[in-house]
Amino acid sequence: MKKTIITVVGKDTVGIIANICTYLAQNNVNILDISQTIIQEYFNMMMIVDMQKSEKGFDVLAEELEQVGANMGVIVKLQREEIFDKMHRI
Amino acid sequence: MINMFEVNETNQMIEHENLDVRTITLGISLLDCCDSDINEVNRKIYEKITGLAKNLVSTGKEIEREFAVPIVNKRISVTPIALVGGAACKTEEDFVSIAQTLDRAAKEVDVNFIGGYSALVSKGMTKADELLIRSIPKALSVTERVCSSVNVGSTKTGINMDAIALMGQIVKDTAEYTKEKDSLGCAKLVIFCNAPDDNPFMAGAFHGVTEPDAVIHVGVSGPGVVRHALSQVRGENFEVLCETIKKTAFKITRVGQLVAQEASKRLNIPFGIIDLSLAPTPAMGDSVAEILEEIGLEMVGAPGTTAALALLNDQVKKGGIMASSYVGGLSGAFIPVSEDRGMIDAATEGALTLEKLEAMTCVCSVGLDMIAIPGDTKASTISGIIADEAAIGMINQKTTAVRVIPVVGKKVGDKAEFGGLLGYAPVMPVNQKSCDAFIHRGGRIPAPIHSFKN
Repeated sequence: MKKTIITVVGKDTVGIIANICTYLAQNNVNILDISQTIIQEYFNMMMIVDMQKSEKGFDVLAEELEQVGANMGVIVKLQREEIFDKMHRI
Repeated sequence: MINMFEVNETNQMIEHENLDVRTITLGISLLDCCDSDINEVNRKIYEKITGLAKNLVSTGKEIEREFAVPIVNKRISVTPIALVGGAACKTEEDFVSIAQTLDRAAKEVDVNFIGGYSALVSKGMTKADELLIRSIPKALSVTERVCSSVNVGSTKTGINMDAIALMGQIVKDTAEYTKEKDSLGCAKLVIFCNAPDDNPFMAGAFHGVTEPDAVIHVGVSGPGVVRHALSQVRGENFEVLCETIKKTAFKITRVGQLVAQEASKRLNIPFGIIDLSLAPTPAMGDSVAEILEEIGLEMVGAPGTTAALALLNDQVKKGGIMASSYVGGLSGAFIPVSEDRGMIDAATEGALTLEKLEAMTCVCSVGLDMIAIPGDTKASTISGIIADEAAIGMINQKTTAVRVIPVVGKKVGDKAEFGGLLGYAPVMPVNQKSCDAFIHRGGRIPAPIHSFKN
């Protein structure tokens, strides 16, 4: 399974997780893991998701999610998991 | 499973420390484009390159998007043109027409440089080699993206001093042909000793005859990442310093390896090598000189510079080797003056001299790179500089190269502007004593002895 990492960084506000998750649900993206903290009022979230069942391609999902984030003033980033795996695991 | 700390560390490297993959270079063999008719040669070359490379840039962009890591350049290297055009080219103009074909093909597939307008003459020149070399000034002035290189020596063959004498004049002529742009042509001309067949970095990339039909090489980078990591261990001893460089180099190289494998899979072209080089850019915080300063020098060029560079270069290789299945190319820290903010500053201030740079090239990748010298420097003096560098490479069994730019109309202290990744450089002083008689003896320097290493 090809996993994707979603990171969300920005000023904390109401509904960040809700909006992101709603979008993911609407597009048939399954969430495998979520971790989240607030560091000095800054919202910091990482999700591991499986987007294989989604009808949209990586490019479209990435663009639309970035927009969902931009509407709330946070930066959303989608990256395939391999880049982290390669860098941090031998 | 990957945790948030690791994700943040990677993204911090990309967003704030200029981690990137410097180049995906597609090596293409043009040996099957040989023909006795020059028009046929040009047609075959254009078709082969545009056919094989048509998806190179889009695939690069796709990978960039999916991993969110910048891939700065997509490039092409081809078989040395002196070999490909040998049967067809009867005049310098014939060779120039091939350069124009390469340029057209590069523009069609949207790569920013195409390397391989080259001749390998470490022992002697064929008629075609000499014609190609003589056509270089014209070829580099009428094209935009073509890069040229000439290999004039090797540890196995010795040094071809006839070729070096000729190259001094060719560098001067190239400068003259492109004088309107601060002699920019010379920034696209590299003179090598022990040139590797699989180098992905420009301007010296060519696709050696030992390579397959097509192959993907990747050059990684990340001076900013190394410098940031070292800033966390200030004042620690050499053991800690070296461990930190190794670990960082490992991480950087793994990204290169991943990108190389993805590109190879998607383009259905075999993966060749990862080039483990620290390649600086003129951007803030992307400088090899700054790493040396972080190691403990007030400014690059100070006593200790060669030692610091030697350890940096070695640790980068030690860390990088394990991160990649195949390593090749130039693999080492680059020290191009005009492409490195810290080098530019040190050269401007006079802390870094040509002689110190020469010493530095004994322990790191490549050689005297992107150095602006006065426009009135004699051809034989440039040949002398090339011969010195080639000798370092020949004796030490390493690749060395010279890419100097005698900027027409400029003198010591003036500034030469090359633009973009090529940067800008202060014109540096050159030793004024003559080496005319030495350069014009004619013939070759014999291959060195491989024992009694002292």
